[in-house]
Amino acid sequence: MTTPGVGDAIREQRPVTERRLHPVTPLRRAWAPVAVVIGWAVHDPDQAQRQLTRLTTTTLLITLAVVVPAAALYGFLTWWFTHFAVTDTELRIRTGLVFRRSAHIRLERIQAIDVTQPLLARVAGVAKLKLDVVGTDKKDELSFLGADEARALRAELLARAAGFAPETAHEVGEAPSRELLRVPAGVLAVSLVLTGATWGTLAAALVVPPVLWLATESAWTVLATAVPLLGAAGASSVGRFVGEYDWTVGESPDGLRIDHGLLDRTHETVPPGRVQTVRIVEPLLWRRRGWVRVELDVAGSSNSVLIPVAPREVAESVVARVLPGVTVPPRASLSGVPRRAKWCVPVWWRGYGFVATDAVFAARQGLLRRSVALVPHAKVQSVRLVQGPWERVWRLAEVHVDTGADKTVTARLRDAEEAAELLREQAERSRTGRRDARPDRWMA
Amino acid sequence: METGSPENVGTMRAEPVWIGLPPGLLRMRRLLLVVWLGLLAVGLGLLLGMLAGPGWAAFALLPLALMAWGWVMIGRNWRSWRYAERADDLLISRGVLWREETVVPYGRMQLVEVTSGPVERRFGLASVQLHTAAAATDATIPGLHPAEAERLRDRLTELGEARSAGL
Repeated sequence: MTTPGVGDAIREQRPVTERRLHPVTPLRRAWAPVAVVIGWAVHDPDQAQRQLTRLTTTTLLITLAVVVPAAALYGFLTWWFTHFAVTDTELRIRTGLVFRRSAHIRLERIQAIDVTQPLLARVAGVAKLKLDVVGTDKKDELSFLGADEARALRAELLARAAGFAPETAHEVGEAPSRELLRVPAGVLAVSLVLTGATWGTLAAALVVPPVLWLATESAWTVLATAVPLLGAAGASSVGRFVGEYDWTVGESPDGLRIDHGLLDRTHETVPPGRVQTVRIVEPLLWRRRGWVRVELDVAGSSNSVLIPVAPREVAESVVARVLPGVTVPPRASLSGVPRRAKWCVPVWWRGYGFVATDAVFAARQGLLRRSVALVPHAKVQSVRLVQGPWERVWRLAEVHVDTGADKTVTARLRDAEEAAELLREQAERSRTGRRDARPDRWMA
Repeated sequence: METGSPENVGTMRAEPVWIGLPPGLLRMRRLLLVVWLGLLAVGLGLLLGMLAGPGWAAFALLPLALMAWGWVMIGRNWRSWRYAERADDLLISRGVLWREETVVPYGRMQLVEVTSGPVERRFGLASVQLHTAAAATDATIPGLHPAEAERLRDRLTELGEARSAGL
């Protein structure tokens, strides 16, 4: 503290209680050296085997006697030097043993809060709290907190972010949640069976290694390709099932609640007015059953699935709750592109279409795997019209709409005059669309 | 929130007042082109003339042809750049073959930057760059007079504050 006078004055004004993470946390760090050794062994198996044969029991014991206390000490120190505190407007995280880092996160800028519980953490009764803030690549996270503490902290952060008075923010507690949708396990399993990617990776995992074996007869090559391929196949089938098991979407005054996971439970909260784009995707094989998948983009967030699978009407009603005042425009209302567009994009030109309603800019694309992207006018950051030389020949142009989630939605292959008009209108709409948007502090 | 001044509503639909770029940028780019390609042509001509014979030195005409083509191209590109300040948004239009027109509402601007490199400074030029929350927004106006760049920056910042909106 270089200026003690100022620091004291601030401290008097607002006493900030700093807290530590859950005492289980150091154990998480204890895995680090083990992971390093495993990583080295996988990276260079020959060398690892040679080293292993040279190891005697004594050296092994000595190594263990050094490594385990060192890891424990490291874990303990990082835990000891990590503090966090909630003030009226900020969440402060202070961490680091050698390289100090202190982050102050403004509560009204929080885009989403996730509470995740990996399997082991569930056994230990602890949870991770992750925060999405615009502009940071990495999520700031508090791991680990006691499960109840994490939930209470999330409720408090959301209450303060919503603009409740600081004195009452503690007592507001968890906002009641109303369930909008729950995905049955059977439907999820069938939807994964009907997904092309599942079969694609599985086929690749079954075909490529034998072919490689016939071609090279080298066990290492086969192993090196088979392991990642099997991993990908597992991740796209079993992994997705486990991750998306018991998917529940709820609505609360705090915003949207998304809970999912069989082994690792994740509880996401997206405060109101944070959703920038919504995409409704309809894979080819789901069409007969009328199922769709809904993805959403939030600024600064990487998790993007809103609904892994649901009947179209249900999904559309959920989208209407997520984007207030928005009805998903029916597919027929999206005007297609002029016939001459076939000279720019053969065959697939039929998939493109676009409509701007009072509330959203909607663009569809894809013939087999259809998708519709929706951007509320209030979320549009800038509008661009782009026309290449070949498109000029056919008097076509594209209109890009950029959103705060770093996603661009494009109305492709529009008639050039229509596109120019659209550019003007869209700029006007996105300017006025903000007027009735909710404030950042949605309860204030 | 106050968006758009009422007296401007009538003129909103009117054609925007486009402003082109000052000739400084054209001069700078053409000079750089002539200098670099001229040096290349001379170097190539001398090298080939000494090592392979005078006939080969004709290859030095290649950079010269490139220079002529670039001279025209730079001129067309420079003419295509223009911008317009409207009541509530900034328009930037550019490109000859790949034409692009960008509209950025003032309320969405997060940051306005004026940059000027050493060469640009030598020619008395500066560029204005607008940043919104979307990284894809590529709104740069190059080659302005520093005074105009600063005026634009101040005006955009002022308008941005007046019409500020969140994400």
